[in-house]
Amino acid sequence: MATKILVAVKQVIALDEDFEIRADGKDVDADFFLRDLNEWDDFSLEEAVKIKEAGGEVEVVVVTVGPEEADESLRKCLAKGADRAVRIWDESMEGSDSQAIARVLAAAIKHEKPDLVFAGVQSSDHSFASTGIAVAGLLGWPHAAVVNQFDFSLGATQATIRRELEGGVLQMMNIDLPAVLSIQLGINTPRYASLRTIKQAAAKPIETLGLGDLSLNAAEVGEVGSASRVRRMYIPEKGRAQMIEGSLAEQAAKLAAIIKEFKGATV
Amino acid sequence: MSGILVIAEHRRGELRPVSLELIAAAESLKASSGGPVTVAIVGPSPDTFVAALKVTGVDEILTLAAGSGDFDPDTQAAAVSAAIAARSPSLVLIPHSVDAFGYAAVLAAQGGYGFATDVFKIESDSGAWVATRGGYGQKVNVELDFPGKAVVLLTVRAAVYKPAEGSSNPTVTALPVPNVSAHVRPGEYVEMSQADDVDMTAAEFIMSIGRGIGEEARVPQFRELADAMGATLGCSRPIADSGWLPKSRQVGQSGKTASACKLYIAMGISGAIQHLAGMKHVSTIVAVNADPGASIFSVAKYGIVGDIMEFGEELKTHF
Repeated sequence: MATKILVAVKQVIALDEDFEIRADGKDVDADFFLRDLNEWDDFSLEEAVKIKEAGGEVEVVVVTVGPEEADESLRKCLAKGADRAVRIWDESMEGSDSQAIARVLAAAIKHEKPDLVFAGVQSSDHSFASTGIAVAGLLGWPHAAVVNQFDFSLGATQATIRRELEGGVLQMMNIDLPAVLSIQLGINTPRYASLRTIKQAAAKPIETLGLGDLSLNAAEVGEVGSASRVRRMYIPEKGRAQMIEGSLAEQAAKLAAIIKEFKGATV
Repeated sequence: MSGILVIAEHRRGELRPVSLELIAAAESLKASSGGPVTVAIVGPSPDTFVAALKVTGVDEILTLAAGSGDFDPDTQAAAVSAAIAARSPSLVLIPHSVDAFGYAAVLAAQGGYGFATDVFKIESDSGAWVATRGGYGQKVNVELDFPGKAVVLLTVRAAVYKPAEGSSNPTVTALPVPNVSAHVRPGEYVEMSQADDVDMTAAEFIMSIGRGIGEEARVPQFRELADAMGATLGCSRPIADSGWLPKSRQVGQSGKTASACKLYIAMGISGAIQHLAGMKHVSTIVAVNADPGASIFSVAKYGIVGDIMEFGEELKTHF
């Protein structure tokens, strides 16, 4: 039987340089959103595709929770080696936090029945660093966070992983399978999609699922199904560096003086 | 539901300093919580940490004897869950650490708690907890509340609150932890590869390069510049992950702690939160970046907007 690896991905939002807060004060105006696949997800997808390419019957399924514009990120995943892409959405999911998204993903996992689930450690926009592990909690699956090495053979009931801790320390661990792993940057070198695979991906279908397909109800998702609610969003007053102005030569001379003064003081 | 529960954290036999920061946070919120500050510590012999946790503000220490001494998420979640059930706090504070990434979200999902992570400000508004965290890559602050949640669990950013000091005479209570079958077995610790023998922890003057250098072929130019200036060459995560410099040169939260660094020049580093968190103790940070909006300019003392290649060449003429 084929081994199925489910990779949970997110289309993240970066902000345009001069963005504005929405009139209700609860989010940034969507006019300033720039969307892309989360950086971490590139690595978790690559890890799954590497397992597939190592041989054996492996299916890589990417799943996201989001409206239609998220298809673009799913196509990117298809172009980088995913076999199937699933997008889950219902208007009631608008405003979901990481815990509500985790509930949807957990339902999708019950539906897809994968042998292994990868998620990125965090998203580059809201950085909750919690969705994948919350999914594991809802399913009661073994889990480990911030994994930067994964040794696994098809059909095995355990795997060896390495966690990246703080301060340049790593830790080896042994984990029961199936498991949910949150994957850290640097675990591999993600590939670029080629023109050929981008073209192929454009022709592949994206499967869509809604609330009913996953036996969820509207009260479990969106703002009502979330563990937190946005009260206010604002642009913080930030400290600002003293800018060294002038020509390139003047700027370099000023920094050189700062460095020389520092070195003089420490000798 | 009243009072605050703080989960202390330890690694390799040492209490992690962030534990005392969270106690200070709890102490500052004690009046709003209307209940005691309880600190929980989980481990095979948790009593060894009790003395270090008897700091100002602590009313009770819960010792939960469980696990092997090394973190595993299942034992930790079961123990913290037992502590929450025993004391019914309205607020639970956990360090925003790699260990917490492994279990805090499980507790929130299973307990249906209010939940937010990487929180750097906590307030009480008419009896309801309000937490502030960053959003959109730290470009905005987001104020969250937790309607209808009797228990709110927050993971709190390190180095925001000053560690609690002083002493207190709390009650110490041993709390039983239900048996769990741990699905993860911790193994040995490994230091990040020492491909060269640089010691970033001892370096006082570091110049780091980031994504802004664009391509690997440009690394030698910056190595020469660092050598000429007498700086230790460091880098941000993407440079080490790409293999352009050894992992031992990476600074920031997950890299080596540049604890001795006093002068830090960041070349082409925009300033991911983990990088800034790992370097903000440095007294003089100089950022050189082509993007005037780069986050690093909000923590740097001096900033220069410009092309780092040209600037590097110009700077080298002075040494």
